Amino acid sequence: MTLSTMDFYTQAILSLAALIGLTSFLMLGQGRLLRLIFIFALQGFLLTLTTALVAYSLDNPHLYISAALTLALKVIFIPWMLRKEVIKMNMHRDVQALTNKTAVMMGGASLMVFSYYVLHPIVHTTTTVMLNALAVSLSVVLLGMLLMIAHRQAVAHVVGFMSVENGLFFAAIVATNGMPMVVELGVAFDVLVAAVLFGIFFLHIRTSIDSLDVDLLNRLHEVDK
Amino acid sequence: MIAAYFILLIPLFGIVFFAFLGHSENTGRFNVWLNVASFIATLWLAINVLNGGTLLSEDKAFLIDPFNVYLIVLTAFVGMTTSVFSAPYMAHEKELGKLNDARLKLYYSMFQGFMLAMYLVLTTNNIGVMWVAMEGATLATVLLVSLYRTPESIEAAWKYFILCGVGIAQALFGTILLYYAAVQIGDGGDNALLWSVLFDHADKLNPEILELAFVFLLMGYGTKIGLVPLHNWLPDAHSEGPTPMSAILSGLLLNDALYAVVRNKMLVDGATHSQIAGYLMMGFGLLSFLVAVFFLHRQKDIKRLFSYSSIEHMGLMTFAFGIGGANATFAALLHMTVHSLTKSAIFVTVGHAAQVAGTQSMEGIRGLIKTQPKIGWGLLIGTVAIAGFPPFGVFTSEFLVLLATMHSYPWLTPLLLLGIGIAFAGLFRHIQAMVFGEKPEGQLPVKANLFPVMVHLALVLWLGLAIPGFLAHWFSQATLLISGSAPL
Amino acid sequence: MNWLIAALQTALFVLLAPLLAGWLKCCKCALQNRKAPSVLQPYRDLLKLTRKNPVVAEQASWVFTRTPYIVFSMTVLAASVVPLIAVDLPTSASADVIVMVGFFAFARFFLALAGLDIGTAFGGMGSSREMTISSLAEPAMLMAVFTLAMAESTTNLSVAISHVLNDGLLLRPSFLFALYALILVAVAETGRIPVDNPTTHLELTMIHEAMILEYSGRHLALIEWASQIKLMLYGTLIVNIFLPWGIAENFTSSALLYGLLIIVAKLAALAIVLALSETLLAKMRLFRVQEYLSFAYLLGLLGLLSHIILEASR
Repeated sequence: MTLSTMDFYTQAILSLAALIGLTSFLMLGQGRLLRLIFIFALQGFLLTLTTALVAYSLDNPHLYISAALTLALKVIFIPWMLRKEVIKMNMHRDVQALTNKTAVMMGGASLMVFSYYVLHPIVHTTTTVMLNALAVSLSVVLLGMLLMIAHRQAVAHVVGFMSVENGLFFAAIVATNGMPMVVELGVAFDVLVAAVLFGIFFLHIRTSIDSLDVDLLNRLHEVDK
Repeated sequence: MIAAYFILLIPLFGIVFFAFLGHSENTGRFNVWLNVASFIATLWLAINVLNGGTLLSEDKAFLIDPFNVYLIVLTAFVGMTTSVFSAPYMAHEKELGKLNDARLKLYYSMFQGFMLAMYLVLTTNNIGVMWVAMEGATLATVLLVSLYRTPESIEAAWKYFILCGVGIAQALFGTILLYYAAVQIGDGGDNALLWSVLFDHADKLNPEILELAFVFLLMGYGTKIGLVPLHNWLPDAHSEGPTPMSAILSGLLLNDALYAVVRNKMLVDGATHSQIAGYLMMGFGLLSFLVAVFFLHRQKDIKRLFSYSSIEHMGLMTFAFGIGGANATFAALLHMTVHSLTKSAIFVTVGHAAQVAGTQSMEGIRGLIKTQPKIGWGLLIGTVAIAGFPPFGVFTSEFLVLLATMHSYPWLTPLLLLGIGIAFAGLFRHIQAMVFGEKPEGQLPVKANLFPVMVHLALVLWLGLAIPGFLAHWFSQATLLISGSAPL
Repeated sequence: MNWLIAALQTALFVLLAPLLAGWLKCCKCALQNRKAPSVLQPYRDLLKLTRKNPVVAEQASWVFTRTPYIVFSMTVLAASVVPLIAVDLPTSASADVIVMVGFFAFARFFLALAGLDIGTAFGGMGSSREMTISSLAEPAMLMAVFTLAMAESTTNLSVAISHVLNDGLLLRPSFLFALYALILVAVAETGRIPVDNPTTHLELTMIHEAMILEYSGRHLALIEWASQIKLMLYGTLIVNIFLPWGIAENFTSSALLYGLLIIVAKLAALAIVLALSETLLAKMRLFRVQEYLSFAYLLGLLGLLSHIILEASR
C-alpha cells in the first residue's frame, strides 16, 4: 500500500495529519504567547478541515456538527478568550524565552518516534494507513503535555491542555470516523466547561499571586519541609 | 429501570434548583433531603436488581448489574451522610467568615453536580459517556477545591484540574482505541461503545489493540484513583478543599474511577485471555500502596495524612482487582465498601477536629478527647478501623486480600504485611497525640453532628463481625460477573 | 548533442545567475520603496570588477590567490549536475545530491582557509562563523535530502525529479516538511536574511562578507559570481524537486525552450517570495542561528518520520 495507490481523500487526510503534527511542533518552539495562541487556532482550523473532509467523504451529517463545534470552540472561542487574557495581563510584549528550546524540540521529536513505537504492535491489524493517523494524534497528545511542562505561563498550559484534546479528537475523527454522537457532544460540552473554568481560574490565580506564572504556585509540597 | 432515571434526575434538579434559587438558611437541609431521595431511589433500584437480575434499559443506554448497583447504593449512602454532616459544617464555616452566600450556592449546586456525574459514571452502559461523566466529576469539583480562595487552595485546584484533565485524556485515548477495535470487527455505529455489546463480543476484539488501550485507560483513570506516580493532586485537593468535599472525593470519586478501570479490564481480559491487565494493576497498585505508607510518616496536615491513607487503600484495592480470581475480587469489593464508609467517617471527624482546634496542622490539634470526647473517640475508632484492626470490616477485607495473595503470589505477602505495619505506625504516631495529648488553653467544643460517623463505623463493625446474607449474595454475584467464578 | 545541451544548461546557470540577483534586488527595492537599479546591474558590477587589478596582501599565500578560482569552478561543477531545464542529460548520472553537497563543502573549505590566510581579525571571525553555521546546516540539509531520497528511493536528482513527475499530483506530507526544511537551509547556506545579510559590512553582523573582505578585483568578481550561482542553484533545487512540472523530458527544441521559460518564471516567482521574506524579517542574532537551524533539522527529521509513519509501504 504505497501512497500513489491511495485515493485523493486519503492523501489529503495524511497531509492534514502531517500539518497538525507540524503545528504542534511550532507551538512547542514558540516563546511568544500571542503567536502560540494563533498557532493553536490554526491547529483547530486544520482539525475542522479534517472533520469536514471526513464528513464529506463519508457523507456523514453528524460529523458536520462536530466540525462546526470545533470551529466555534477551538478556533474562535478559546483563542479569543486566551488572547483577551494575555492582552489584559500585558503579557504580549514579553518574550517568554524558553530556557532550553532546542532540548524541548528534540524531546518532541523523540516523543513522536516513541508514539510510533508504542503503536507499532497494532500496525499489522489493519491494512489502511488510517492507523498511522493514530500515531500522529498520540504524538500531538504527548507534545501537548511537553508544552505544558516546558512553559511556565498558565495561558500556555491551557493551550497545551486544549491541544491534547485536539490530538484525541483527531484520533476519534480519522481512525474511527467519529465517535457516537452522544459521546462527541459530551466531550465538546466538557471542553466548553473546561474553557470557562480556565477563564475563572485565570481570575483567581491573578488575584491570588498577581501573575499568571504558575511557577509561583509552589506552596504545597509532597512532604512538609 | 425508572429508578435509575430518578437517580439521575434528582441531582440534575438539585443543580438547577441551587444554582437559580440562591442560598438561604434551609439550603443545607434541602440538600440532605435531595440526597435522601436519591438514596431511596437507589434502594428501589437495588431491590429491582436483586429480584430481577441485570437490568438493561430499552435503548441500551443504561446498564445496572450486580457490580454497579452496590456501588450506586454506596455512593448514595455516603453522599447522604456527608450531606448531613455538611449542613452544620458549612454553616459554621460561614460564621467564621471563610465563605459567603454566593460560594455556598456554588458549593451546594456543585455537590449535586458531582453526585450526578458519579451516578452517570456508574449507571451508563456507554464507556464513552463514562469518560465524559468522569471528566464532568473533575469539572464539578475543581471549583469546590478552590472554594476558600486562599492561594494554597487555588494552587491545589489548579494542580487537580491540570493533572486530572491531562491524565484523563489518556483514558479517552484508550477509549478511542477500544472503539477502533470495535469498529474493526464491523461493529461501528452508535452501539460500538456500549459496554454490554462489547462484552458480548469481547473475545473477537483484537487483543493487541486492547492491551494498548488498557495501558492508556489505566493511566487515565489511574490518575483519578490516585495511583503513584500520578497521585500528586490528591493530597493537595483533599487538604485544601472543604472537608465534606474530601469525604466524598475519598469515599466516592476514587471508587468510581476504580470501577471504570475494572469495567474496562473485564473487556480486555475477555479479549486477551491473559493476565497482562491484571499484572499492570498489581504493579501500580502495589507501588501506590508502598509509596503511600512511607509518606504517611512525613505529614503534618491531618487531611493530607488521611489522603495518603486513601492512596494506600486504593492501591491495595487495585492490587486485589489485579490478582483477579474470585477471592481477591470479593475482597476488593468488600474493601471498596468498608474503605468508603470508614474514610468518609474519618474525614467528617477530622473536619470537626480541625474546627475545634482552629487549624489543620497536626501539631495544633491536641487533647481532643478532653475538649469534645465524641470527636476524640470518633477519630480514634475511625483510625483503628482504617488501620485494619479486628473486629472492623477493613480487617476482614485486608485479611481476605492477604489470603488471596498468599494463594496466588505468596512472595508478595511479606511486602503487604510490612506495608500494613508501617501504615499502622504512621497513623498512630500522629493520632495518639491528637486524641490524648495535652489540651491547649481555651479550646472549646463546636456544634457537631456525629450521627453519620457513628452510622458508618457501626456498619463497618457489622461488616467485620458478620456480612449479612443478602450482602454476601450481592458480592458473590458481582464477583461472579467480574472474575467469572464464584468465591469460596 | 546531448552533451551540448548539458553544456548549454550549465552555461545558462552561469549566465542567468547575475540576472536572478538583479531581479531579486529589484523586487526588494520595490517592496522597500526605493528606486531600483537596473536588472542588469550585477553584470555591470562583475564586468567592472574583472577589469580592475586585484590587490593582494603581502602575507597572502597561494591559498588566498587560488581560492576564487577553486570556489568558482566548484560552484560551476555543482551547477552542472543540477537539472535546470531538462532531466536525463548525460551529466545526470553524477547528478547526485550528496555530490552537490560535497562540491559546496569543498568550496567552503577553501573559502574559510582563505579567510584565515591573511591573518586579519575579520577574516578569521568570518571563517569561524561560516563553519559554525555550515556544520549545523549540513545535517539539516541532508535530513531534508534523505526524506526525498527515501520517498523516491534515490539520491539522484534527475531520477528523483522524473519520479515526482511520473507520480502526478500526490500530496506527500513528508515533502511539506522537507520543502520547509530545505528553504530554511537554503536561506542559511546562501547567506540571506535572517541568517546573514549579504549587503552589510557591519563588522559585528557579517559572516560571509567578513571572509571575503580582503578580496578585490577579479577575485572578488569570481566569488560574487559564485555566490550568485549558488543562490540560483538552491532556488532551482527547491522549485525543480517540489514543483518539477514543465521541465523538459525530451530534447526537442520546443520542450527545451518551454522548460527554460517555465524555470525562469518559477525562479522569478521564488525571488519575489524571498524578497518578501527578507523585507518582513529582521536579521537574527548570531546565537539564535543554532535554534533556527535546529528547527530546520527538526523539520527534516519530521519529514523523514512522516515518510516512515504515514507513507511507507508495508
